[in-house]
Amino acid sequence: MIIELGHYVLVLVLATAIIQSLLPLAGTLRNDPALMAVAPPAAVSGFLLTVFSFGVLTLAYVTSDFSVLNVWENSHSMQPLIYKFSGVWGNHEGSMMLWLIILTFFSALVASFGTNLPERLRANVLAVQGWITAAFALFILLTSNPFLRLDPAPGEGKDLNPILQDVGLAIHPPLLYLGYVGFSVCFSFAIAALIDGRIDAAWARWVRPWALAAWSFLTAGIAMGSYWAYYELGWGGWWFWDPVENASFMPWLAGTALLHSALVMEKREALKIWTVLLAILTFSLSLLGTFLVRSGVLTSVHAFATDPTRGVFILAILVIFIGGALSLFAFRAPTLKAGGLFAPISREGALVFNNLILTTAAATVLTGTLYPLVLEALTGEKISVGAPFFNLTFGLLMVPLLLAVPFGPLLAWKRGDLLAAGQRLFAAVGVGLVIAAIVQWAHGGGPVLAYFGLALGFYMMAGAVTDLVLRAGVGKVTASVARKRLFGLPGSAFGTALAHFGLGVTVIGIVAVTTFETEHVVEMKPGTTVEAGGFVLTFDGMRQGRGPNYTEESGHFTVARGGVRVTDIWSSKRVYTARRMPTTEAGIRTFGLSQLYVSLGDPMNDGGIVVRVWWKPMILCIWLGGIIMMAGGAVSLFDRRLRIGAPQGARRPKAAAILEAAE
Amino acid sequence: MTRKQKRLAVIGGGVTFLFAAVLLVMFAFSQSIAYFYVPGDLAKADVPPGTRIRLGGLVEAGSVKRGEGSTVTFTVTDTIGTVPVTYTGILPDLFREGQGVVAEGAFVAGNRVFVADTVLAKHDETYMPKDVADRLQAQGVTLSGKETIK
Repeated sequence: MIIELGHYVLVLVLATAIIQSLLPLAGTLRNDPALMAVAPPAAVSGFLLTVFSFGVLTLAYVTSDFSVLNVWENSHSMQPLIYKFSGVWGNHEGSMMLWLIILTFFSALVASFGTNLPERLRANVLAVQGWITAAFALFILLTSNPFLRLDPAPGEGKDLNPILQDVGLAIHPPLLYLGYVGFSVCFSFAIAALIDGRIDAAWARWVRPWALAAWSFLTAGIAMGSYWAYYELGWGGWWFWDPVENASFMPWLAGTALLHSALVMEKREALKIWTVLLAILTFSLSLLGTFLVRSGVLTSVHAFATDPTRGVFILAILVIFIGGALSLFAFRAPTLKAGGLFAPISREGALVFNNLILTTAAATVLTGTLYPLVLEALTGEKISVGAPFFNLTFGLLMVPLLLAVPFGPLLAWKRGDLLAAGQRLFAAVGVGLVIAAIVQWAHGGGPVLAYFGLALGFYMMAGAVTDLVLRAGVGKVTASVARKRLFGLPGSAFGTALAHFGLGVTVIGIVAVTTFETEHVVEMKPGTTVEAGGFVLTFDGMRQGRGPNYTEESGHFTVARGGVRVTDIWSSKRVYTARRMPTTEAGIRTFGLSQLYVSLGDPMNDGGIVVRVWWKPMILCIWLGGIIMMAGGAVSLFDRRLRIGAPQGARRPKAAAILEAAE
Repeated sequence: MTRKQKRLAVIGGGVTFLFAAVLLVMFAFSQSIAYFYVPGDLAKADVPPGTRIRLGGLVEAGSVKRGEGSTVTFTVTDTIGTVPVTYTGILPDLFREGQGVVAEGAFVAGNRVFVADTVLAKHDETYMPKDVADRLQAQGVTLSGKETIK
């Protein structure tokens, strides 16, 4: 009964979304405040209804109610509780429910915290959110209903796909969706502005917190997903340029560009049209990602659904929203007034450079991801575009951007001095080169490019610190004044520095792992040893074991350095009983920021076993950098000047006056 | 600079950059695209040794032999043709005889042995690599799970 209630409430979500999408819009067209005022309560109740419906599905999972088809297909009564929870979104229907709940959550946030927005803007934004909600609620109800019943109810479930039974999966999709779907708010703001035909710096100030929040979540989600793939798949790789990874990476690139261009728009009223277009493109890429992952056109771990009607339905959503948004944009953009002037060498210029490279990079990834699909549709030829393509194009494109990152914050608005900025970065360049030289001296060998990459990473980290040091005036004023100034800096200054610092950390991790990683594939018998990363691993033998819903065979390895036993590693292969599906549970040991990674292969006839051992130097930097970037986004978000509803302090006019004086 | 000149400089720079990016993408495509074949195609298509391709099909029952160390040989079939494959490394968890597989690599000069550097197997009991399933179905091989190849 409760299941049917959940289904019924989902229909109510659709009804509420339709009201939310029509009445406020009619209100803005007729200038009727009563109709516009419908939007916030509609959005909040839409969210509460979705929470209820989602809660019902979760309850069915937690109580292992196998009379629900979706639960039977993706759960098992012996599964640990956390995987019963995460199983809710570990399948197509449930993950669409997660999409919906996050979408309505953002609508409710706009409704509750957007009280200082102009009435018309808020009504339009919520109306656009209502359209998206209605489209996805309809999609779930018509093609992906999670509340379908089974009669008679089976006694036991089919279990969640074993590689999804992991803590990483419990966190990864919600984070990723908070990012993906968070950009819907930016999209709605862009459409709302286009509907009204009015857009100014204030618009950018309202949009930026949403873009920041979505971007931070997406950063965390991608980093989490990458780490999950690294330790769970047992292949030792952290990024495969798999179409599904690309699907989440493209909105990230476009979203990063959006963050930066919104900054220009907020401060200088320039790049208005471009920023609006980026807001549309970013969410369009999120929708495209959903289409690629959910329609079954791709084969991947993530492609649960292969029902063609779903693909067609999402394609329709995609075409209507992206096509509609871009048409509206083409229709309205020429009427928007062009913004402020700036010289090519200036903070604005640097941000335009950033945008140019990031959007080109996103376009490159898009081309590589879609080309095989398009070619197959047109000619029937099947090709694969793999990592070499992306490494070459994306890698080369990133170099000038990464070199330019520390320059950006050091250039003045309107007209900057490249030479002066370069002089201030002398120390940072020095730090990068010296550290790279030390690594070369200590480690030796390896390609020259590797040391260039390391120098680049350290230069970016030092550059971020330089920015803060200069802003605090260290060296020019007394230490106490400098400290006071440092703590008085706006949150966004720290956010920028942190994000750029984190990017440097990630670069170091990527460079170190791709160039200094060592891999050994050996056949081992009890007593044999293998050397990796200065450690000697001794294989001691296998042991049988069993978990709640699997059996496993684990190999034990003793790790020693210089003859002294340091630690030991268990690496295992599991077979999940319900699906008879084997998985590899790699054995991983962390030493500082580096890791030893041991993965078991097949047993040989003579009692040996194939073992794959990797030494992954500095690999944790890749994800650590992601976490630092996310923290940067969060710190920026708490900048008082950005906080929605915060009164405008005296600092703004003063800063503006200084800018005027500087001209 | 006047407003117009500034704008021209920015647009000119941007267009040059985009042009370079397009050239880069085209170059990368020419270097790194791998075509997909099933064994039956290979008799007709002349794939020169050293060209990277993806080879898809079913692992022939009884063909998997583990040699010295971690080298494995097996035969990929689409019931029309067969291709011997060697691979050094750890096979994916889901690699099994009689089931779908995609091997990435190249033929070595001299003999018609396919040396794979990557082997992908299906992700679960109901999944067959899509490329493989499409092509096998086009050639009339029915895919009803494990019973297909005996």
